Amino acid sequence: MTSNSGMAKLIGVAALVTMLIGSFVGLFVVSPDRLQGDVQRLMYVHVPAAWLAFLAFFIVFLMSVLYLIQRDLKWDRVAHASAEIGVVFTVLTLALGSMWGKPTWGVWWTWDPRLTTTAIMLAIYVGYLAIRSFADDPDKRARWAAIVGIIGFANVPIVYLSVIWWRTLHQPPSSPRSVSPEILWTLLFNVLAFTLVYVYLMMRRIRLAKVEGELEQRVAYNG
Amino acid sequence: MELLRRSWAIVWKDLLIEARTKQAFNAMVFFAALVLFIFSFALGPDTELLREVSGGLLWVGIAFTGILSLNRTYQSEETSGGIEGLRVYPGDPRAIFLGKLFGNIIVLLAVEAVLFPAAAVLFQIEMLPHAWELAGVALLGTVGFSIVGTFYAALTVNLRAREVMLPLLLFPALVPMLLGAVNATTLILVGDPMQDSDIWIRLLIAFDVIFFVISTWIFPIALEE
Repeated sequence: MTSNSGMAKLIGVAALVTMLIGSFVGLFVVSPDRLQGDVQRLMYVHVPAAWLAFLAFFIVFLMSVLYLIQRDLKWDRVAHASAEIGVVFTVLTLALGSMWGKPTWGVWWTWDPRLTTTAIMLAIYVGYLAIRSFADDPDKRARWAAIVGIIGFANVPIVYLSVIWWRTLHQPPSSPRSVSPEILWTLLFNVLAFTLVYVYLMMRRIRLAKVEGELEQRVAYNG
Repeated sequence: MELLRRSWAIVWKDLLIEARTKQAFNAMVFFAALVLFIFSFALGPDTELLREVSGGLLWVGIAFTGILSLNRTYQSEETSGGIEGLRVYPGDPRAIFLGKLFGNIIVLLAVEAVLFPAAAVLFQIEMLPHAWELAGVALLGTVGFSIVGTFYAALTVNLRAREVMLPLLLFPALVPMLLGAVNATTLILVGDPMQDSDIWIRLLIAFDVIFFVISTWIFPIALEE
């Protein structure tokens, strides 16, 4: 465990350093957007948070499939950890997007396909975490959660498509603009920083889940 | 064929229990009508407005009533331990899913057969000229709702707080189906010169097919002890 813990510490430090550099560059070094001004700098945290949310839920999907094939609880622990972190980053994505939307679009919320899909995705994975909290038996909990993790992930693109159709009858969805290399590199660096944060949190959360599982087992054994 | 025969045995058993006790059906019809009433009160007596949102009102009514029905899906087995019996029967466990699915579809369609005319009267909508189109959309929507619903009902049947868990899992998954059904119904009711409802009907068909395949495929895992 010591080597694993040392690795986690190393990644934690790397995450902290890259986050500090990324934030500093994003806030003070890169020139602001010509039209949006300083508000645009929110993009340097908003986009990485959104990317991480999707990555985290993709990992939940993969681990759910792996669990159902191999029935090994270690995959379930990874899926659980990733789902929790994914929910946190989804909330962060929505909150940061709202802060950007108010000065830019004039509203905190609009029924844009991406916004709506992200909100529904949040509901799907809150459901995933809720079903876990209501099950006592570790194997049943893992099995039920894996099913929700698979169906939930399969549903996200269908939801996205349906919301696009719903909205395009009224307005075209926002499209990604071409960005300058300066902005792009800052963005990519921040994506790297966020991914390191994700890896660090995952290592810690999986370790915690393992200990929780052992505790649960001991409590069950001792009556 | 064998699968269908087994499924039908379950449908027949459940419908027979329902026909003899009439526990759920009457209550569900009243509940659905009450939902329409409450919406009428909430939105005011403006018939023009009510007509424009009638598609949404109808499907919210169906979804809420459907949740009641879904929560009872495995109840007759659960109380007497009958689900164990079904599980140990030889043959494909998918028959249980198909049987419960057909049962839910039949009950919900029966509720809708009362709900749609009730809405036509309450909201003063001309439904008869569009009866076939509406029936088609109602069928596609109800099938989609029941597929995902019957599946998640099996997943939540053994949970504490399943009354909360079922809608929590179900409603986010149903978003595409609700969008399709509500928009198609509204377009049919208020007039659809551009044939915009086609895209929604296609969405409903795609939703039904995709979730039917996923659900029947995963159901045996959901049913494991």
